[in-house]
Amino acid sequence: MCTLEKRGNIFFLTLTGDGADEHRLNPTLIASIRTALAEAKSQSTRGTVLITVADGKFFSNGFDLSWAKSAACGSPSEAVNLLRHMVDLFKDVVADLISLPMPTIAAVTGHAAAAGLMLAMSHDYVLMRRDRGILYMSEVDIGMTLPDYFTALVRSKVARPEVRRDVLLRGVRVKAEEAVAKGLVDSAHDSGEKAVEAAVRLGDEFAKRKWDGEVYAEIRKALYPELIGLLGLATRSVVKARL
Amino acid sequence: MCTLEKRGKIFFLTLTGDGADEHRLHPTLIASIRSALSEVKSQSTRGTVLITVAEGKFFSNGFDLAWAKSASGGSPSEAVNLLRHMVRLFKDVVADLISLPLPTIASVTGHAAAAGLLLAMSHDYVMMRRDRGVLYMSEVDMGMTLPDYFTAMIRSKVAKPDARRDVLLRGVKVKGDEAVVKGLIDSAHDSGEKVVEAAVRLGEELSKRKWDGEVYAEIRKALYPELIGVLGLTTKPLVKARI
Repeated sequence: MCTLEKRGNIFFLTLTGDGADEHRLNPTLIASIRTALAEAKSQSTRGTVLITVADGKFFSNGFDLSWAKSAACGSPSEAVNLLRHMVDLFKDVVADLISLPMPTIAAVTGHAAAAGLMLAMSHDYVLMRRDRGILYMSEVDIGMTLPDYFTALVRSKVARPEVRRDVLLRGVRVKAEEAVAKGLVDSAHDSGEKAVEAAVRLGDEFAKRKWDGEVYAEIRKALYPELIGLLGLATRSVVKARL
Repeated sequence: MCTLEKRGKIFFLTLTGDGADEHRLHPTLIASIRSALSEVKSQSTRGTVLITVAEGKFFSNGFDLAWAKSASGGSPSEAVNLLRHMVRLFKDVVADLISLPLPTIASVTGHAAAAGLLLAMSHDYVMMRRDRGVLYMSEVDMGMTLPDYFTAMIRSKVAKPDARRDVLLRGVKVKGDEAVVKGLIDSAHDSGEKVVEAAVRLGEELSKRKWDGEVYAEIRKALYPELIGVLGLTTKPLVKARI
């Protein structure tokens, strides 16, 4: 499922296992991620950083539609209900990340699609390997609209209207170099290991800034007013400086 | 006026005639376009695409101010009323295009100004010839403000504040290559024929995706929340996938 490990100032949240599960976001994995984020939050101090990584060929391939189908026991409307349930549960993961009191970095070493791409983009920084893996919003091809907080997240992080159109309305599959050009990720790296090393280097730089986590989270939320409105979050003014 | 023709999976909406009418948007042409779009919508199936083209030197030179003047019988205030009437009628064309259940491509082979440029920009993809034709928002030069849905469209499709200012507040006349740089259009092509060929090639690529038109239209509308608000449109969630 997922593990949380602290090395020095950096929390590593790892989506574990190289199996066929593609780190699909089902209720169990979602709950596991929320627990890990709650733990990181409770242990956060000035200088701590979160890096999210995943084992294997996928970062995450989105919601677990086959779980929804099998748990629905043959009822298509029940399968849709279970999908909507995962959409609701995952919204809290996005809210947790957007309010996490420390910098967050996603090291994307495999495919990230639909909710899996939203998971990556909920981080402050997204680094990706250039040799393998694609980013893809599959909804238009699969035949479903996007949750409101998905489009709000894309609008918050992707400036160009034609890129948003290409990603959401055209369902383009994008490798890392093109993802950088499109503004979907921050940087592309030669291999999975290089992407993780770069994430750690970036994390170490941030750790040195020793930011107050509460202030950091408030400033982050203030960057994305449309998104936090949909997530039901609010900001407040905080002065922790010794003036 | 305008014709609608289907070749394979592609609907061609043609603004016909190479005459002095400049494809000016008066109530008759507006109604004709709406009929054509309504017909397209009723015949749309997975894989259909709309390409809008125009004959002659103009894509469209905007509202028919000469008609407003002559129909007003010499009354300036009546002429302004008739202009406002065209503004209201044309809003429905924009709403039709923004909710059309299939991908839309504008093939701009001549000048597109004011409402004529809005007509082009109401499509998902805009391609233009680079050797002739300019894009131009003439309102500042003519001395009239823009309808709210015009500025909302520009805001929805053009990211850069300086580009919006240059186009709306400075009334720049922009040729194909510069239009790409400014983010007004997607691509520029060497001649009128080449633009249409490129539009058909893109149409065929998009057609192969066999998108569900209803889902496609909902995802499109969700890209432009400000614009659909002003147009009086809403979105709804849909799951048409077989989960």
